[in-house]
Amino acid sequence: MSTLLEVSGVTVSFDGFRAINNLSFQIGPAEMRAVIGPNGAGKTTFMDIVTGKTRPDEGHVLWGEKSISLIGMSEAKIVRAGIGRKFQKPTVFEEQTVQENLLMALRKDRGPLAVLIYKPSKADLEHVVKLAEEIGLADALLRISGEMSHGQKQWLEIGMLLAQDPRLLLVDEPAAGMTPAEREKTTAILVEAAKTRAVVVVEHDMEFVRRLNCKVTVLHGGAVLAEGSLDHVTKNQDVIDVYLGR
Amino acid sequence: MNRSFIARNPSVLVFLALLGLFTLVVSVLSEGFGVGLISTSFVKTLGKTLCLCLIAVAMDLIWGYAGILSLGHFAFFGLGGYMVGMWLMYERTRQIVVNSLAEGVLPPTPEEIQAAIGNQIFGVVGSSEFPLIWFFADSLVLQLAFVVLVPGVLALVFGWLAFRSRVTGVYLSILTQAMTLGLSLYLFQNASGLRGNNGLSGLQNLPGVTAPQSAVSLWFFWASALALGLGYLLVAWVVSGKFGSVIRGIRDNEARVRFLGYSVESYKLAVFTLTACIAGIAGALYYPQAGIINPAEVAPIASIYLAVWVAIGGRGRLYGAVIGTAFVSLVSSWFTGGQAPDVNLGFYTIKWVDWWLILLGLSFVFVTLYAPRGMSGLIDLLVRKSRGEDT
Amino acid sequence: MKNFLLVVLAALLLTNAAPAQTNPVQDVLQSQRALIEKSSRRSIGPAIDAIVSSGLPQMQEVLEAWRAKDMWQRKSDGFFFAAKKNSDGTYALQSFDSGASVGDFAKSDLKQLKPNSGIRAMIATALVQFQLTDPDISKRSEALDSIARDSEAALLAPLRASIAAETDPDLLVRKIRLNHLMTMTYDADTASRVEAINNMAGDLGVDYRGTLNPLLSTKIEITDIGDVPDANIATDLRPGTENFSRQTAYEILVAAQLAPPEVTVDARDAALEANIVAGRVGGLPVAQLSTEIKRNAAYDTLVTDGLAAPRITATDIDESLAKHRFFEVYAEPSAEVTTAAKAALAKSQSRVAVSQAVDLGLDALSLASIYFLAAIGLAITFGVMGVINMAHGEFIMLGAYTGYVVQLFIPNHTLSILVAVPLAFAVTFAAGVALERLVIRWLYHRPLETLLATFGVSIALQQLAKNIFGTQARPLTSPAWLDGAWAINDVIAISYIRIAIFILALLFFCLFLFIMKRTRLGLETRAATQNPRMAASMGINTDRVNMLTFGLGSGIAGIAGVAIGLFAKVTSEMGGDYIVQSFMTVVVGGVGNIWGTLAGAMMIGGFQKGVEWLNPSNTLAAQTYMIIFIIIFIQFRPRGIIALKGRAAGD
Repeated sequence: MSTLLEVSGVTVSFDGFRAINNLSFQIGPAEMRAVIGPNGAGKTTFMDIVTGKTRPDEGHVLWGEKSISLIGMSEAKIVRAGIGRKFQKPTVFEEQTVQENLLMALRKDRGPLAVLIYKPSKADLEHVVKLAEEIGLADALLRISGEMSHGQKQWLEIGMLLAQDPRLLLVDEPAAGMTPAEREKTTAILVEAAKTRAVVVVEHDMEFVRRLNCKVTVLHGGAVLAEGSLDHVTKNQDVIDVYLGR
Repeated sequence: MNRSFIARNPSVLVFLALLGLFTLVVSVLSEGFGVGLISTSFVKTLGKTLCLCLIAVAMDLIWGYAGILSLGHFAFFGLGGYMVGMWLMYERTRQIVVNSLAEGVLPPTPEEIQAAIGNQIFGVVGSSEFPLIWFFADSLVLQLAFVVLVPGVLALVFGWLAFRSRVTGVYLSILTQAMTLGLSLYLFQNASGLRGNNGLSGLQNLPGVTAPQSAVSLWFFWASALALGLGYLLVAWVVSGKFGSVIRGIRDNEARVRFLGYSVESYKLAVFTLTACIAGIAGALYYPQAGIINPAEVAPIASIYLAVWVAIGGRGRLYGAVIGTAFVSLVSSWFTGGQAPDVNLGFYTIKWVDWWLILLGLSFVFVTLYAPRGMSGLIDLLVRKSRGEDT
Repeated sequence: MKNFLLVVLAALLLTNAAPAQTNPVQDVLQSQRALIEKSSRRSIGPAIDAIVSSGLPQMQEVLEAWRAKDMWQRKSDGFFFAAKKNSDGTYALQSFDSGASVGDFAKSDLKQLKPNSGIRAMIATALVQFQLTDPDISKRSEALDSIARDSEAALLAPLRASIAAETDPDLLVRKIRLNHLMTMTYDADTASRVEAINNMAGDLGVDYRGTLNPLLSTKIEITDIGDVPDANIATDLRPGTENFSRQTAYEILVAAQLAPPEVTVDARDAALEANIVAGRVGGLPVAQLSTEIKRNAAYDTLVTDGLAAPRITATDIDESLAKHRFFEVYAEPSAEVTTAAKAALAKSQSRVAVSQAVDLGLDALSLASIYFLAAIGLAITFGVMGVINMAHGEFIMLGAYTGYVVQLFIPNHTLSILVAVPLAFAVTFAAGVALERLVIRWLYHRPLETLLATFGVSIALQQLAKNIFGTQARPLTSPAWLDGAWAINDVIAISYIRIAIFILALLFFCLFLFIMKRTRLGLETRAATQNPRMAASMGINTDRVNMLTFGLGSGIAGIAGVAIGLFAKVTSEMGGDYIVQSFMTVVVGGVGNIWGTLAGAMMIGGFQKGVEWLNPSNTLAAQTYMIIFIIIFIQFRPRGIIALKGRAAGD
């Protein structure tokens, strides 16, 4: 299987504290992966490194068929290379409509001049409607997104990620604070997305991870503790120790 | 610009119509053309106010929409004024000098003319040499280009440095304030080549124009109204589309916009530079009406007042910026001009000249605390209410 | 010889007149009678010399009386006496020789000697030698002052003579130093002059350098090409070099009348104007003379017609310069002396440069302490609490005005400062608490809004101060014991007030560290800023903590205001002078770290003084460059000198 993202030997420390310790991680072009781990395992820092927010002290982060190094690239450039990220807290532009949010995320030229003279074409508007249908917000296109429920905002954010048409989706705790029905829908959206692209989901909730039904990577102390199917890793003695405490 | 833009933004049309009407009424009532109910000096005040409204619109774009509280835009305003002032002063002095030298026995040589102009302009700072920055002062076209170019390039360089190192929020505000302070301190020196604290004066006299001030004041009034109209239209267009979405996004959550793949820095830089250019144009129209420009105009406090006007008017709404600026600056000149009647409390007489700033400062605190949407928030409320009654 | 004969003659005459007494003083005076009576500055010299060289002790009295216009001449015999006016209008005469009274005389019998100011100055110089050995210390000291002020060769010998007998150690030191300095210039022996110069080489004294400089004074001498002047040559000047342009060289030739002067533009134009005939001059119509080329052409025609002096062309200048050589020649003939003086001066100058660098360092340090003092309140409110208080500068102003008001009531400056410091703290603490309660607490975590609202407060406070105290600067006088400066040598000096501010800054620094690290308030403040909810749930009253901390920061600004008011002007706008710099200090240093603020103040102060040193006339430019420097500095260290790292720094 070819590799879309390869993280190898990455280490990063803050004031002497090693948040990530010689971490290695790989994912293929159309794969769903769940990353779990206790608090402070380095899940968020891992995402920060991939998306260019944090610069590692050592190691490589290679991307795509041409194995471009992502280290030192600006966040925006990494996004344009095809990596989308969803944050833990739903962050949509609350003062703008669902349509505006989605239009902004649409995969288009992102230069200021191009954006200034941009006029949404019919195809773009239709694409937005289609996306809205996928995330169940077709009726809410012209609503101000700040007025929507927590779950709707989460979907909108996922919708924005899909609009970017990324090759890799990093999703941080998508199910947090959702009702069971909402969770089910979220799972469906993610599974659907993983058919055509790589999706990495960071999650605490084992039930949710189980429903994703995918390979699981367990992080602990900034390094990979175990990898495999959920059943496989939950039987791993180390994982049990970490989760239950020694 | 397309029809759908105007159609989607009826408030722009309303504003332009009101501005046109206002211009017409003032023209008819002015001394220069019509009835004479409005004095020439008041026409100038109104013209200047329009220029201030223009820079306020720019300020609203950078602050209200892009969320960057720049405390440096009055510096760009002042630079625009200086650029046009250089030509005005040079050309007018040249005409005076040529006239006076013509009385001599020998016809003047270009060197003599140049030396005499230098003496006239820079004698006050103990020099007669032309500084290098006056090299193009004899060319109106170039100096007009500089009105946009000099603030634009300064904003571009400063903005590039600041945004590149991710200076945001209050840090950026303080940095822009420092830039303004640095510029004004620089201009205060005699060695700056712009006559130190004397500044440039006599700018109300257009070289080669014999028309009376009553007419000239109207020309500038029209030019200011036109500039405000065009500036408003431009900014309204900029904020209406996807670009507007992006910069509002930057204001609300910069990191999120970055993770959508937009190069936030380029957008900030674009807005910063564009607004600096608008500010330069506004300044270039303002100072010929004021007649004089000196470094005190560029001092940080001026940019702070600009923020005050926009905040009182209500930021994030272009008409709010215009209303706030027009209201506060007109009321301010009414109070500080000594026209306002003093209030006698028996034991103490409130002289508005002394107390106006205190009132302004406190009302600013009040607006920030209790009415963050400013005066335009009030209008929104009224509009919503009337709509609510209609349906 | 002539003098001697006269003295003898006079002595003979006098012996006849008064055989019973010897009057050596009167004899000397009589011998110089003609010169004294003539009383002319040009001719009086020998008379004074004779009086001094007589070596008579009474001569000091004579000279003093003469200078004070108290010496009178009896018309009957021409004798000189000290005279004192009696109450009845007559004058009591007194013999210079014996001091005995000679009797009262009417004014009509006497003639007063009225030396003019030039003569009085000469008398004073002559007197100096007597005063050098005067028993009165103050007179000796005065004499030294007078010699140091304008020395002359004649004084060297008496000065040397007086050294051996000098009892006062301070005066002895001064005399020896003066002797050295005068030896350099006036000693007849070149070797001892060189020795004196070398002995003091590297001395920092202004007097030393002031003595050396004239030794090295030069003038320009012109010789024909091939000649060398017979003098102590300093340099061989070549026209067209950096320090000696061809233009200057030619002007010197003109001044020495060795070359014809150039025709100036004005002279040319005047000649043209003078020769206009029927609207034409030099063959051209006047109306065409609007360029330099045309005017020159017309003038050249005038020259050909013999109506004007020819213009000096570049070739003319070349020719003139080629005929001459230029030398810089020392006024001092001895090459040994000038060489030694040059070396000694260079040594002194390099030592002066070192001292100036040290002085600059001290200046920078004191500027840094001022910035630190102004910024330390901000380091608390902005650095620790994260509150942007744009009215911080106005709190400084408030403190300064408190000091001023206290001085209105307590005239004793020491006491008033002692009262003003706690009072300023109290006033600004209260103002800070009020600001926090009324405005800032509603705006926590909305920094831009805080910035705006406090701007409003700043505008209002400034105007309020203007309304109360007016626009002109108010004095805040420091106690007398803070006047003056601590002079380490002739170059390095630091005023006591700056030392006091440095100490105050140091004190505040320690106080800050103590409060933040060692007290409950510091702990609670840090807790309340880092995680207010957690702090609240642990029983910390965050409201109260915020209020107190903000008050503390404001109060310190008030004390800083008193200190700043002592050396700067107290005006309603003084706050604005410090606010931007203070924020810069905190930001450049690294927010949230007092060591950073210290480093920031040092860096900004040092940089500003450094720029001022490069361009001393322009403090405004220094500030401009400082701001540019800060903007560039932030490029490289966006989080300041001492940055918090990792997640704690936030984003």
